[in-house]
Formats: sequence, C-alpha cells, structure tokens
Amino acid sequence: MLKITNLHANIDGKEILKGLDLEVKSGEVHAIMGPNGSGKSTLANVLAGREEYEVTEGSVTYHGEDLLELAPEERAWKGIFLAFQYPVEIPGVSNLNFLRTALNETRKANGLDELGGKDFLALVREKAKLVEMDPDLMNRNLNVGFSGGEKKRNEIFQMALLEPRLGILDETDSGLDIDALRIVASGVNKLRSTDKAFIVVTHYQRLLDHIVPDVVHVMANGRIIKSGPKELALELEEKGYDWVKEIA
Amino acid sequence: MAQDTDDILREVTSREYAYGFTTNIESEKAPKGLNEDIVRFISARKNEPEWMLEWRLEAFRLWQKMDEPQWAHVHHPKIDFQDHYYYSAPKKKPQLNSLDEADPELIKTFEKLGISLEEQKRLVGVAVDVVFDSVSVKTTFRETLKEKGIIFCSFSDAVQEHPNLVKKYLGSVVPRTDNFYAALNSAVFSDGSFCYIPPGVRCPMELSTYFRINEAMTGQFERTLLIADEGAYVSYLEGCTAPIRDEHQLHAAVVELVALKDAEIKYSTVQNWYPGDKEGKGGIYNFVTKRGLCLRERSKISWTQVETGSAITWKYPSCVLKGDHSIGEFYSVAVTNNRQQADTGTKMVHIGKGTKSTIVSKGISAGLSNNSYRGLVKIGRGAKGARNFSQCDSLLLGDRCGAHTFPYIESENPSAMVEHEATTSKIGEDQIFYLNSRGIETEKAVSMIVNGYAKEVLNQLPMEFAVEAQKLLAVSLEGSVG
Repeated sequence: MLKITNLHANIDGKEILKGLDLEVKSGEVHAIMGPNGSGKSTLANVLAGREEYEVTEGSVTYHGEDLLELAPEERAWKGIFLAFQYPVEIPGVSNLNFLRTALNETRKANGLDELGGKDFLALVREKAKLVEMDPDLMNRNLNVGFSGGEKKRNEIFQMALLEPRLGILDETDSGLDIDALRIVASGVNKLRSTDKAFIVVTHYQRLLDHIVPDVVHVMANGRIIKSGPKELALELEEKGYDWVKEIA
Repeated sequence: MAQDTDDILREVTSREYAYGFTTNIESEKAPKGLNEDIVRFISARKNEPEWMLEWRLEAFRLWQKMDEPQWAHVHHPKIDFQDHYYYSAPKKKPQLNSLDEADPELIKTFEKLGISLEEQKRLVGVAVDVVFDSVSVKTTFRETLKEKGIIFCSFSDAVQEHPNLVKKYLGSVVPRTDNFYAALNSAVFSDGSFCYIPPGVRCPMELSTYFRINEAMTGQFERTLLIADEGAYVSYLEGCTAPIRDEHQLHAAVVELVALKDAEIKYSTVQNWYPGDKEGKGGIYNFVTKRGLCLRERSKISWTQVETGSAITWKYPSCVLKGDHSIGEFYSVAVTNNRQQADTGTKMVHIGKGTKSTIVSKGISAGLSNNSYRGLVKIGRGAKGARNFSQCDSLLLGDRCGAHTFPYIESENPSAMVEHEATTSKIGEDQIFYLNSRGIETEKAVSMIVNGYAKEVLNQLPMEFAVEAQKLLAVSLEGSVG
C-alpha cells in the first residue's frame, strides 16, 4: 500500500527526516515510536502533505502512485487520513457542516453522489456510537471549546466517518485519560480490516496495549533504527530509548 | 509557502467581476459638470415643485463652501467634481404598469443581475425598487403594499404624491450641512426609494432596492427615506452592482431612517459595486451617509451590511437614539481585496434614557487592501443608564494587507456602561491544512473559515439574502490565501 524510500525532509531549512524507509501493507498496523524530536510527527505531516515540510530526497508511493505529487485534499480523496496531534479550532463552522462538506467533497472526487441530509445524519449517528461521541459536540463549532479528549475523539470520529484506507494517528494518545484512551483505541480497532492500514505514532507504549500493532518501529534522528514485533514496544518501555540508540 | 501564497494571490486578482457588463441603452444625460443650472435641470426633469428645487439649491450653495473630509484612512487622487455627469436616465422610461413598454435591453440587464422583474413579482415576500443610473425604473408590489397603507415608491413619485411626508422628514436625520457628500447628494440626488409604514402595520414582505450604475463617468446620488410610524415594523434590503469601467465612478448616497414610538426598522445592505481591477484601476468611490433616528421611545433600528465591493468605501451607518429605551444595532462584514480601501463603521449617539446599542464589526482584508473600522459611541448627558457593547474583529489573509480599528468613546453620563472588545487574527495555515486534509480544497476551506468568522453578522440578514451574501464572500476572496 505504502512504500517510503530514503525520505529526507526539511522544515525551515533544518533536516528532520534523514533517509527514512518504511513499507506498509494492507491490513497492517504499524507503530512508530521514538524520543521527542526524532521526526515522528514530521513523518505523519509529510504523508498528509503539509506544505511547510519540504521533501528534498527520496520517494513515497501509495498504491503505486507518487504520493508526493498530490495535494493534501487529493491524498484525502484517495483515502489518506491524518488524526492530528493538535486539532485546530474553526470558529463559526459547525462540526456537522464541516463533516458533511468533508464527506461529500471526498465522495464527489470519487465519482459518488453527495449524501443527502437524512442519510448523512443516519451515518453520523452510526459512527458516533463507535467512539461514544456526545451528540452535543456535533452542533458545536469545530473543536471550539472542546476538551483535549473531545478533540482527539472527534478526530477518530472523523476517521470512522471518512473511512480512509490509510489512517495515520499522530500521538492521538497524548493528553487522553485512560478511559478516553480505551474508547479511542476501541474505535480504531473496530475500523481495522484487511483492506485498511494504520500508522500509529506514539511516544508511550500504553496505547499499544489497546491497539496491538503488527510491527513496531523505533525512530531516532530522522530514521527508523529498529523494527520488530509488538514485544519491541515493551522492551523499549523497560529499557528506554537510549538502549536502541546504542544497539542501532 | 510564500511562493504558493503569491501564486494564489495572482489567481484571485485575475478573477473577473461577474457584474461588469454594460448595457447599450440610450440615455438622456445632463451636460457634464455641476452648477446651479444642472441642479435646476435635474429638478425640472422631475417636474419638481418649487420647494424641492429651493431645498436643492440651498444644499448646492452649502456644498460649494464645504471641503472634502480628509480624516478617513483612504487615499485617492483628488476628485474633479466637474468631470462627472450628474444626471442620466434611460430614454424610454418604462411605465409602472406595463413592463412591455420598458426597453428590452434594460430588462435583459436586470435578468443578468438575477432580478428579473417578472420573476420578482412571483417571488413571495420581496418587493423591489430598481434604480438604474439615476432613475427608479420599477417598483414591484406597489399595489399589494398599498392595501396595507404602506407607501413604497421611487423618491420622485413621493415628491409628487406625498409631498407632506417628504417635506416633514427629508433632511431631518441627515441635514444638508452634515458633510460634504451629504450636501452634494442633497443638491443633485436624482432618485431613490421612499417608504412609509403606517402605525401598527407590520410590513408583510421584505422591501428591497436594487441599485445599478451603468453610464460611464456618471455619479449615482440616490436618496432613501424610510419612515416607520408608531408600532410599525419593516425589513429593508438594498443591493448594488456596477459595470467594469476604467475610470472611477462616484456614488454618494444618503439614507435616512426614522423610527417612531415602538417602531422597528431592519436595514440590510449587500454592497457589491465594482471594486476596480488588481492595480486599483477603476471601481466605485462609495461615499455614503446612512443614519437612523430612533425618534421616540422603545424604537429600534438595526443596520446590517455586507460590504464586498467598491474601490473606496466611506460609510458609517449610524443610529441617533433619541427616544428613551430605544435600541440601535450595527452588524457589519467588510471585505477588502487587491487594492480596495474601506473605512467603515458606525456612530451610536445615545441621547435618551436607558438607550442600548450593539456593534459587531467583522473586517476581512486580503491582497494589498486596507480595512478600517471607525466607530463612535457617544453618551449624552441625559442618557442615564445607557449601554453599549462593541465587538470589532479583524481577519487578515496574507501579510500585505492592513486592518485598523479606530474606536472613539465619549461619555458624559457616569451611569452609562460601554464595553469594547477587539481582536485581530490571521487566517491560519493550520486551519486551511486541517480542512485540506479532510478533502476540502483551499478555495472552499477559505470560504468556510471566512463564513464561520462572519456568521454572527450573516445571521442577521433575511434568510434568502444570507445565502447570497455567503456566496459573495466566497467569490470576493476566492483563493486569497495559500
């Protein structure tokens, strides 16, 4: 599904990704761990197409297509979804209006009919259950005055609604209490399927108790320095990142 | 990033103004320039009574002694007032009762503007007066309104048919001496709308005036006078467009509103005059004086404006709150792009006891434009317990535009409460990227963000126009952020 080869990326002229390789197949869940500043969030943002990040070298193919050539909205239409670490607030735009626009723009781009009001609301109700979203949040302005947990839950809710093929979770667990973490994780687990893949970026191991990954990667200094089965996460938790840096 | 912003900005500036067509219609014009003879010419063309002519001539004499105001935060080359036409009328003046007699070109123009008069007749709830260049062409629904005792007609007709009302209220809110442009308007106004709602009558439909400037080098000086008698209610909307012309066109209107005891007037404007091209060539100079007088107790006047057009906007719809416990409101969205300049705001003058006013101003600047809010809240000595709340927000798109806020507060009564809040923000690249990443293209993302920002004001517009205004905002700002 996704193949990243020797990816280098800068922000403000500073190189953050320094030759990253990663391959993700349909049905897989990949966890990316690593210390602060190792480039995890940069990777997530580069994949979503954030313009501040400049790719200087390497390639990213997604279903055989050059992903780096696509605008962020085109990536969304083709099924890439980034759950933001810090979802932004947009005053005056209701959550519901935003979701409907997002969904219908994506449907339009894929040659599908726009969803009418009634069908849309039915879909919203169905997906809201998945992440136990408070229905009041739907009518509020997008993320405005949402608590940290509500924002993260709203991200996963959007993901459920838009049904991406590749979901990228950028530190979705940060700032969540244990109950919210469980709800968010169970939402993600329900979305897992053989034709979808997830990249879960996290600083801590605890999220991986709930979303069990197929592969764990450790990032340091802009590169993946070690990959292994899910047990690697536990080992990391125990021995710390310095341990991997030494063996790498 | 900066590169992309530039690209998109270039894109916007190449976008064309959709109402920029001209109409080939034969018109009758007064000779260029302004002097007493021109004033007499206009008055004679309209068969005005002597008192009206005298009123104009007095205004003209006053105007000659006045200077253009210099305090606004706008810049333009000196206007040569002798280089304009002050009267232009379509030659075949359509009769009120029969559309067939109207010039087909004119009908076509209005169809292009989306206000076919025939359609309008069928549209429930909106009665339209159309002012083309200088004269009022057609007033729809006049008969329907008449049954309720509502007078809604062109200003010229009002002078003929309701001289006592005109005499009583003309200049009572905006005197001829008020300012340079008001004096000019008083001398040469050629038409406009007149409306009177009798006591206790709730006007059953939105009343609307549509203004169109067509002729080159022609100024439009319309005059609107609206009176809501005791306990009456009316909601009124005006819309404006003009063709693309290389030279600047002048628009100096005066609007006077009078609300008597327990009366309410809602006055909404969607202004989309031609803003000029990206280099600032052409476009309307919009120098307008709008004022409402809450004359008696518990009356209420609300101004709502969506200002997207004009090269220069100089406009301060104001409320004089004379009646005790009267209420004034001002809701404004002003958008400037390219080289547009807007200096707009309001004045709330509290005279009566327990008077209240609310100001919500949302400025949006893009391109190389300058957008200023200028507001005065004045609390008179007798305005015991008066209250004002003002909120002035500015949104910047890009980093070459300007937003300015000039709030003035003068309070002579210690029991008054005046609150002022102001914010300035930049449309965030974060916000746009967030929407992009959900499959929403930048154009649409900007439009969503801007409409969200302006929602509080747009919500004040009558339903059918709120939708129009939303589209207009989107079009005015198309692609102005990267």
